[in-house]
Amino acid sequence: MLTALLADIHANREALAACLADAQARGVARHVFLGDYVGYGAEPGWVVDTVMAHVAAGATAILGNHDAAVFDRAADLNDTARITLDWTRDRLGAGQENFLRGLPLTAEAGDRLFVHASAWEPARWDYVTGPAAALRSFEATQHQKTFCGHLHVPEVYHLGRTAKIASFIPAYGTGIPLIPQRRWLAVVGSVGQPRDGVPAASYAVLDEERAMLTYVRAPYDVESAAAKVRAAGLPEVLALRLLQGR
Amino acid sequence: MLARLQQGAVIDGFRLEQELPLAATAAFWRVSQEGSDTPLVMKIPRLEAGANPINIVGFEVEQMILPKLSGPHVPRFVASGSLENPYIVMELIAGQSLKARLPELPLPADEVAAIGVKLAWGLHDIHGQDVNHLDVKPSNVMLRPNGEAVLIDFGFSRHLRLPDILAEEFPGPIGTGAYVAPEQVLGNRTDRRSDIFAMGVLLYFFATGERPFGDPQTARAWRRRLYRDPLPPRARRPDCPPWLQEIILRCLEVDPAGRYPTAAQLAFDLRHPDQVAITARGERIRRSSALGAAARWMRVKPRLPAFAQSGARGLHESPIVMAAVDLVPGQEILAEELRLAVRRILQTQPEARLICVNVLKLSRLALDPTEDEHGRNLHLRRLAELQYWARSLPMPGHGITYHVLEAVDPAAALLDYARHNQVDHIVIGARASSALRRHLGSVSAQVVAEAPCTVTVVRTPRP
Repeated sequence: MLTALLADIHANREALAACLADAQARGVARHVFLGDYVGYGAEPGWVVDTVMAHVAAGATAILGNHDAAVFDRAADLNDTARITLDWTRDRLGAGQENFLRGLPLTAEAGDRLFVHASAWEPARWDYVTGPAAALRSFEATQHQKTFCGHLHVPEVYHLGRTAKIASFIPAYGTGIPLIPQRRWLAVVGSVGQPRDGVPAASYAVLDEERAMLTYVRAPYDVESAAAKVRAAGLPEVLALRLLQGR
Repeated sequence: MLARLQQGAVIDGFRLEQELPLAATAAFWRVSQEGSDTPLVMKIPRLEAGANPINIVGFEVEQMILPKLSGPHVPRFVASGSLENPYIVMELIAGQSLKARLPELPLPADEVAAIGVKLAWGLHDIHGQDVNHLDVKPSNVMLRPNGEAVLIDFGFSRHLRLPDILAEEFPGPIGTGAYVAPEQVLGNRTDRRSDIFAMGVLLYFFATGERPFGDPQTARAWRRRLYRDPLPPRARRPDCPPWLQEIILRCLEVDPAGRYPTAAQLAFDLRHPDQVAITARGERIRRSSALGAAARWMRVKPRLPAFAQSGARGLHESPIVMAAVDLVPGQEILAEELRLAVRRILQTQPEARLICVNVLKLSRLALDPTEDEHGRNLHLRRLAELQYWARSLPMPGHGITYHVLEAVDPAAALLDYARHNQVDHIVIGARASSALRRHLGSVSAQVVAEAPCTVTVVRTPRP
């Protein structure tokens, strides 16, 4: 069975719609949403509704730091994020906010752990930016495979039996065999705000039977998404970011 | 760990039938699977204390790469085990490895070339799947009963789109001492031309009975091949033809850029000895003098950092381009258009090799004359015309060759030739459309329909 792993949608309707359509065309049967449904983008309501509908149909969704900041006003966020969050709160209804409030920090299925940022103290939203942070995450869980987002840049860490940790930037479209002799920490890219220089939406597809992980790019109408950000009066930098993928 | 490996034991539905005598790095068992007649083999790594850690990680490498490979030149992947029960089950290849031929060495040149062609086709296939084998040697090459070569043991291999866990765990050079390429000695695992080098070692060994660099066992001793050229094959075997020596020594160039860019181009030369351009390299019967070796080292040394980083261009940048040239009088404009099309291709792909082919059509019934009315050999005349046609083309990086095929069915002959020479791109002219031609079908249409590669069809501009 194929599972789509979707992280950091950030209220980008066009990007999420493109990923969902792409996943459907690939025969994806299950969805795991790895958090950060809101913030930065102009369509938080549509995105949260879409995730809610998928969860109602059996999908898994976990909490991201921007989602938590909707109801936790003490959250530590940068200025741009804070401005969007204030804007976002006014646009979410009680049902949408309650949905976010009810999301778990982690979810697991067999040998797989799903978390927004890192398996190490998930509510601290640690950034897996290098081997040290990856090791913190590996040591915090028994699961062979961990899937997370938060970084907006795809990267795969793996740990061998000699406890040597290494990482690589995945090539799009080539399935990576997540062999049982290693432990894996896959940072899937961002659906709604990629920061690796490629504007196309980024997500990953996991083939559970074959333990094969494939990173995918879904091109979408970036101009429309950026225009909506501008029309909403959100900071210009957020529109530019979408256009440049940085 | 697997509880006990013994005949009759069943692991995940695979029944152990017979242990195969092989390899220190792993146990091999012939296994059967209920409901299947396919002969299978299970490879079980030796993971006990004291096992070589390179082999342990090498098993992981093979576990990642084998499921991603397909086609006749690799064993078909069937299943792999778990963390507790590590194994790989794959197709059991009937036939023998090239190692079985070692007692017969040296082999005659034509036999060496025939083996080389099969191996090169196999390598070209896995290179096209983004994998460098990096441990090409006789024991890792099997020949199927139909003659196709199968590369086995991907434990040292590199998949260019997957993480290189072997290099991450072991910073030093990895390979087999007799066969390892200079850039591998420098830690570079991303250049497919390393496999061309190893093939050169193998061809040298099979042609002379000796390994060109011996069988050094330490990475330090491997470095010698960076600065010392091997004894030319003809110094060991005076009957080794210059064309074979030319091919072998080109494979063994220290600079990867001096070797064949693709295994397909190597196979082409092995199949066409008469077309090999023999340089001083092919005639040499002595190793370079001490002075020559020093001069060579002075040339090579500044380039070592580049070798350590080198990566071959994409396979598609060194294509074999086949121009199917029709030389019938009255079709001069079409032939000119075809030449222009070929010129454009060579200008954008300077690393190409061009094969110019013309078909001398034989009639189905009559006994064909081999000479024209003036007693001139038709075949030679066509060859001269073909060379004349190509006269103004830019010389591609890997040469031009000319071939006249004699056939009753020109399209079938062209297709056959393209298949047997791993042609990447066919350029062919199509004569103006006519009712008769539409009815009978044209040569170009048949070529387009059945070609194993890209085809460009050239037409003359409408008047």
